Amino acid sequence: MTALRTLYDKIWDDHVVHQAEDGTCLLYIDRHLVHEVTSPQAFEGLRMTGRKVRAPEKTIAVPDHNVPTTLDRADAATMTEDSRIQVAALDKNARDFGINYYPVSDVRQGIVHIVGPEQGWTLPGMTVVCGDSHTATHGAFGSLAHGIGTSEVEHVLATQTLIQRKGKNMKVEITGSLRPGVTAKDITLSVIGATGTAGGTGYVIEYCGQAIRELSMEGRMTVCNMAIEGGARAGLIAPDEKTFAYVMGRPHAPKGAKWEAALAYWKTLFTDEGAHFDKVVTIKGEDIAPVVTWGTSPEDVLPITGSVPAPESFSGGKVDAAKRSIDYMGLTAGQKLTDIAIDTVFIGSCTNGRIEDLRAAAAILKGRKIAVKRAMVVPGSGLVRAQAEEEGLAQIFIDAGFEWRLAGCSMCLAMNPDQLAPGERCAATSNRNFEGRQGRGGRTHLMSPAMAAAAAITGHLTDVRELMGEMV
Amino acid sequence: MDKFTTLTGVAAPMPLVNIDTDMIIPKQFLKTIQRSGLGKNLFDEMRYTQDGQEIPDFVLNQPAYRKAQIIVAGDNFGCGSSREHAPWALLDFGIRCVISTSFADIFFNNCFKNGILPVVLPQEAVDQLMDDARKGANARITVDLEAQTVTSSDGKTFAFEVDAFKKHCLMNGLDDIGLTMEKASAIDAFEKKNATLHPWA
Repeated sequence: MTALRTLYDKIWDDHVVHQAEDGTCLLYIDRHLVHEVTSPQAFEGLRMTGRKVRAPEKTIAVPDHNVPTTLDRADAATMTEDSRIQVAALDKNARDFGINYYPVSDVRQGIVHIVGPEQGWTLPGMTVVCGDSHTATHGAFGSLAHGIGTSEVEHVLATQTLIQRKGKNMKVEITGSLRPGVTAKDITLSVIGATGTAGGTGYVIEYCGQAIRELSMEGRMTVCNMAIEGGARAGLIAPDEKTFAYVMGRPHAPKGAKWEAALAYWKTLFTDEGAHFDKVVTIKGEDIAPVVTWGTSPEDVLPITGSVPAPESFSGGKVDAAKRSIDYMGLTAGQKLTDIAIDTVFIGSCTNGRIEDLRAAAAILKGRKIAVKRAMVVPGSGLVRAQAEEEGLAQIFIDAGFEWRLAGCSMCLAMNPDQLAPGERCAATSNRNFEGRQGRGGRTHLMSPAMAAAAAITGHLTDVRELMGEMV
Repeated sequence: MDKFTTLTGVAAPMPLVNIDTDMIIPKQFLKTIQRSGLGKNLFDEMRYTQDGQEIPDFVLNQPAYRKAQIIVAGDNFGCGSSREHAPWALLDFGIRCVISTSFADIFFNNCFKNGILPVVLPQEAVDQLMDDARKGANARITVDLEAQTVTSSDGKTFAFEVDAFKKHCLMNGLDDIGLTMEKASAIDAFEKKNATLHPWA
């Protein structure tokens, strides 16, 4: 009898090229996604050593971090000199090494983690890597996906493999159903709140349970996207009919007999009943509330009904860290979260820049006006933007007072011109609230798109359920 | 990559937990297409005011630590993004070893690719080394990769674990792409088998 295996075990086993006596493995990589920030030094390394890209047909590049999202971005003057050089380097590297490429001018351009699934590059059971920690997103398809550094980018370009040691298995089960107003973002933030930002270090997380099954593919991508914020390299969700329906017909998905063969394989990708997990976390779906972050670590999560905690309520090194966070964020212990006024609202990023995210925000914004200084929606890709325009969502955002932007990473990490000013406070649907993340001195509160829309309308952090009326 | 065998140097104490890669090297410095030159911007927003003046309180601006080669850090050092600019900046400044109770996974791997040794020790050992680091330039910590030990200035020795393959590469300054390319026939065989088993991939 074969040993009982987890989903992670199965994908891992199917990609081992070579295993050394000490357990170090050479793992085959099916898809390598590339963006402009973490790749130039890797391509330069190939040139210096006279190496080629081993599998250009499995390598996909798109510029996303630096690119402006304003409508005039075709004008080169909208980018700083160093950003222009970095994007130009990707253009040249893609051409020189013959890899798949979606330039800024292509309607399919967008955030690499949104473009990959959208174009059908990401498929169940694959190994997917990218020089970007949010590669975990692709785990929503039941593919083993994680971020790598630039040296490893060069390694994958040259060899289509990675030197890896297997991680441990962790199961995160979300039982039951979510309550109205609670979304995938609230799940993933609540898990990090429960486990801490180092709770997943050394593990690959498999998310399961009824509440995960009930999520759309977009929601599942949101959940897996932030596995890295919990310290886990990768998050996984077993593929099911929703996964297959999402993948079918996409430009790079298999067709015909290959589709049938793929489907038969994909249906074997689940954790065997009774397989061993090294760590198990269970959260009741109905216990999850709409949440926001108050501090400068993604683990600083509380239900919107809560108050800023006292640093003394923590222990160890977290006491000083919480003091520093509260000071940086300009808050006081005991302050109600709903009393925190917001200047800017940012809806977008690889966490929440997909069509369902825009629908959720638009549902709250419809017929209302913003009460903040600045609000922007940055669709995750040109195709998400086009679909949102077709569905009438763009007009809802514009009527509410939002800026309707072109695709890119934008204010999630503020490498392009979209940045917070010092002291400015932002309700953001992105993934990191680190000091200076959205601009030096900027203050970030992470939340779901619906919660960000609610904050935009009231001008302060708000429980979205109060604005949902008959929707609840 | 420079070899790492033994190192004796000044250690800077950074007890803050969750020091993330945005703190280590803020995004505005990721726009380079080179690996070198990032040392001056290491911990930029903690180290300099908005107008570029040094913040005297920041540890690496203090006379004792301006040439530190080791950092003793709080839990979960290097969390956040995969940017290899973080170890590049540390290396360019002169840091060759970081000691903590835990590291974020991607950062941990990135260190080994750049001749930096991340050392994981239990809380109690890190606390003692943190106290030692606080003594300044007179307290030099020794890290011996071969023996897998860290020795404080007063002679206390702490043993640490390290992956044998990573140790081998670091001690010999090996380029692991070259090592992998020696297994080209195994990769060829895998691709051939996979073309039959999973032709859609």
